[in-house]
Amino acid sequence: MPAVHDNLFRTLADPTRRAIFERLCRDGEQTVGALTARAKVSQPAVSKHLGVLKEAGLVRDRHQGRQTHYSAQFSALAPLIDWTSQMAGFWQTKFDALEDLLKRMDQ
Amino acid sequence: MNTDTETRSVIVEREFPCPPEKLWRALTQPHLIEEWLMKNDFKPDMGHRFHLRMEPQQSWNGVIDCEVVEIDPNRTLSYTWAAMGVGTAVTFTLTPTAAGTHLRVEQSGFGRDQAQAYAGATYGWKNFLGKLDQLLARPD
Repeated sequence: MPAVHDNLFRTLADPTRRAIFERLCRDGEQTVGALTARAKVSQPAVSKHLGVLKEAGLVRDRHQGRQTHYSAQFSALAPLIDWTSQMAGFWQTKFDALEDLLKRMDQ
Repeated sequence: MNTDTETRSVIVEREFPCPPEKLWRALTQPHLIEEWLMKNDFKPDMGHRFHLRMEPQQSWNGVIDCEVVEIDPNRTLSYTWAAMGVGTAVTFTLTPTAAGTHLRVEQSGFGRDQAQAYAGATYGWKNFLGKLDQLLARPD
């Protein structure tokens, strides 16, 4: 598995970290405070998780006054999704259906 | 590697035990296309714009915008294939063989950024995270 995959998997393997990432995906940009209010861990722990997510390119931060807002970077997940194998599978399935149809056309 | 112009391409090939003419009908007659591919309003005319429709999904209405860009009866059929603002082209190539017809389909034209947009739009996060869990569950 390429290193980029390894790093993404490692980053998202932690359930608390993944929950933070999922929340940002679902609810959009949030502050550390808002994230902490709904996480089951302390603010420093949330900040540490956000730091790891940021390093992996999964979140971006934006400073506004004394607050830091975090948002999810969906594009960082792209390497995990192998479009080529997905589409090859799609066409293989369609060819199976085509084969069946051609048999029926004989009748 | 120039990632801006990097495109991805998928090629699937199979030999069917029938003459090219029969396979061509399955590729170009709307009621037959529907049986193996998708609902459609295809016409075998250059420049004809049509839709392929599959079941709507959570983040997508299931409609693929297409336009016939090459048509050479019993040999080649090519149409553009755009979904969620991402454009690709699909080309079917038929070659007669001793046992029937060799069919090759190539879907190409995915740039890296487009693939990202496609990936983001197609796979809900639930779906992705479910797959991730499966991957993580695999032994190292």
